Amino acid sequence: MECCNKRRMMKESPESNFMNRRGSSCFPDEVLERVIGMLKSRKDRSSVSLVCKEWYNAERWSRRNVFIGNCYSVSPEILTRRFPNIRSVTLKGKPRFSDFNLVPANWGADIHFWLVVFAEKYPFLEELRLKRMTVTDESLKFLARSFPNFKAISLQNCDGFSTDGLAAIAADCKNLTELDIQENVIDDKNDNWLTCFPESFTSLEVLNFSILHNDVNFDALEKLVTRCKSLKTLKLNKSITLEQLQRLLFRAPQLCELGTGSFSQELTTQQYTELEGAFSNCKNLNTLSGLWVVTPQYLPVLYPACANLTFLNFSYAPLDSDDIAKLLVHCANIRRLWVVDTIEDKGLEAVGTHCPLLEELRVFPADPFAEGDARGVTDSGFIAVSQGCRNLHYVLYFCRHMTNAAVATVVQNCPDFTHFRLCIMNPGQPDYRTSEPMDEAFGAVVKTCSKLQRLAISGLLTDLTFEYIGKYAKNLETLSVAFAGSSDWGMQCVLEGCPKLRKLEIRDCPFGNAALLSGLEKYESMRSLWMSDCKVTMNGCRLLAKEMPRLNVEVIKEDGSDDSQAERVYVYRSVAGPRRDAPPFVLTL
Amino acid sequence: MATSASAYENDIKNLKATELTLGLPGTHLQQNVPIIDQEKSSASSSSNKRPLQLSHEETSPAQDCGSKCSNIAKNTDDDAAPPPSKAKIVGWPPIRSYRKNSLQEQSEAAGGIYVKVSMDGAPYLRKIDLKIYGGYPQLLKALENMFKLTIGEYSEKEGYKGSDYAPTYEDKDGDWMLVGDVPWDMFVTSCKRLRIMKGSEARGLGCAV
Repeated sequence: MECCNKRRMMKESPESNFMNRRGSSCFPDEVLERVIGMLKSRKDRSSVSLVCKEWYNAERWSRRNVFIGNCYSVSPEILTRRFPNIRSVTLKGKPRFSDFNLVPANWGADIHFWLVVFAEKYPFLEELRLKRMTVTDESLKFLARSFPNFKAISLQNCDGFSTDGLAAIAADCKNLTELDIQENVIDDKNDNWLTCFPESFTSLEVLNFSILHNDVNFDALEKLVTRCKSLKTLKLNKSITLEQLQRLLFRAPQLCELGTGSFSQELTTQQYTELEGAFSNCKNLNTLSGLWVVTPQYLPVLYPACANLTFLNFSYAPLDSDDIAKLLVHCANIRRLWVVDTIEDKGLEAVGTHCPLLEELRVFPADPFAEGDARGVTDSGFIAVSQGCRNLHYVLYFCRHMTNAAVATVVQNCPDFTHFRLCIMNPGQPDYRTSEPMDEAFGAVVKTCSKLQRLAISGLLTDLTFEYIGKYAKNLETLSVAFAGSSDWGMQCVLEGCPKLRKLEIRDCPFGNAALLSGLEKYESMRSLWMSDCKVTMNGCRLLAKEMPRLNVEVIKEDGSDDSQAERVYVYRSVAGPRRDAPPFVLTL
Repeated sequence: MATSASAYENDIKNLKATELTLGLPGTHLQQNVPIIDQEKSSASSSSNKRPLQLSHEETSPAQDCGSKCSNIAKNTDDDAAPPPSKAKIVGWPPIRSYRKNSLQEQSEAAGGIYVKVSMDGAPYLRKIDLKIYGGYPQLLKALENMFKLTIGEYSEKEGYKGSDYAPTYEDKDGDWMLVGDVPWDMFVTSCKRLRIMKGSEARGLGCAV
């Protein structure tokens, strides 16, 4: 592949052969590039590029992967000018709160003009990973035509395309190894996109189409799985029955990651035995997900495969505490577990008992809008997990109420949290035992967990929570806030106190212009700030834009809203200047 | 540096003075928790409009404060406004639509909650789907129609006094409970079967112990 690299002109620069000012010899460019080329970490590469001009050049020529956390922070022209040899691009588009309908449709983050530039500058592009971008079928077809070496496409939380686009990828990407479609808004036209993979195509390693609603052509799928001997990841959609699953597992016992289809067909004894056999044959399985619509009495077929599982994603399978307990007995090696809160506290006790190596737990609500005394998980389940799973460092926990004492106990048991996301689903909910705010809970988290990188807070919270965060959370990079705080002071504490803060997303808090403007010098060191339904006004935003010309200050304006209020504000640093593709409801100040 | 800092502070002070509001001069707005207008959501047709903003027609003209949200003033620190009903807040709880829809589909697909209903003296039992009733009144009406009897009205103190019948149910713990004591949702999830008690047994249940 060396012949494909664009090499700059090999002119002898006078410095490269002489001693430099400090008296030590310089490496020739090729060696420097080779050495720097071995750096994988983005942060290291960033540091290296700042040392001197030679190192900057060596770094930019040797870089193969680029990660762009905000697609509007840079333009494709600037990107391709700096990095000529990129093989893999990761791009994130819309602000994260777009997942929760806070960003109107057609906001932007369209991949197309990136692809047009890449087709010219990176003809040997191999991988594209997109999150929260708009991707049309036209773009996918263009991609499939433009990059002969294209290998991997991963689309997460994207929108704008249909199975036609997938068909184009299947048909034209001869070297495809990965097709990973996760949680996108996709128009499933129920055409036979799977049949578009040619008979000669055998390179697939990752296939994830779990979000598609309609049936796929099973015959084509089975043939595809049979001939792709390197297939490691297979995530099926709901239409695949247990019987079909068994046939696929029979063809692909080498799978490492499996997403099952629907787990609730009526099976004969024979079929049950065959399915059990198929699972016990999968010796390499480390990840299990899917399990749409589970019939609990079939769960035992999984038991033979459970011993090696490290990641169990049951977040679409509302099991009860008995079923999960019986299963977890077999899952001693679990590191990551995603479940629905139908397992209740009793189920979490089982987690604490059987999964001592657990590092990540996510508990999703089955019924987020239930009124009254709905069930789910509580503080006692949270404590139970922390007692049994001392290695826990990532938690996402949806509950209806919590206590300060419980959270303090949890972090006492597990002081190594790096990601702590607690969602008390009733906004402004106090400690249900003491009726006090939940300030002390998050105070305990930030005081105890010195490695904390990501924090999401909820419940009744005053400025005290933010004082704690500003004072103690010195490694915090991402903070999500909703319905919290008492005054501007709260937000100021965070902006002044958290040196590593990169992403701050706030909704429905009493933070106004004084808070917004207190971060004047901070925002250039952050990726982005989102504030919606706070007390920021248009004048405040204009002032920010005026003082900080290298920030893009955007206000999303809805019809009929008060002209002076800035209801949705998105502030981010950019070297590309204001957006050229902003829709009419996005005002750039 | 000092001059720009003070200039900046002046800007902040002036900002408040130049801010456009619809309030009367000197009206201070303190609002932290958005209130939910439960009835209005149908009127906000645009899908992106927050259902919880009151439009100007709805606030009483005399106290129309600047931003649209508040009739509930939250004082600086500790008085909490009543937490808004979460069912009506856009994007809350923060769950992606895909997951929400998926779990909703599953619970709908799971079918009804069918429980057996026995009545003392009746030759055979019936079965009803608890999911189709919105609450106790509808359930009791349905039972009255099904068995051609009158159950009457529930009162916390006296149960179904004045009626020959008392609707009871067996809960998850195996205990026989009087229908109507607990919130409807709790009842639906904990009810295993129904039994309509008759005669003296029924009256005994209704009396204070």
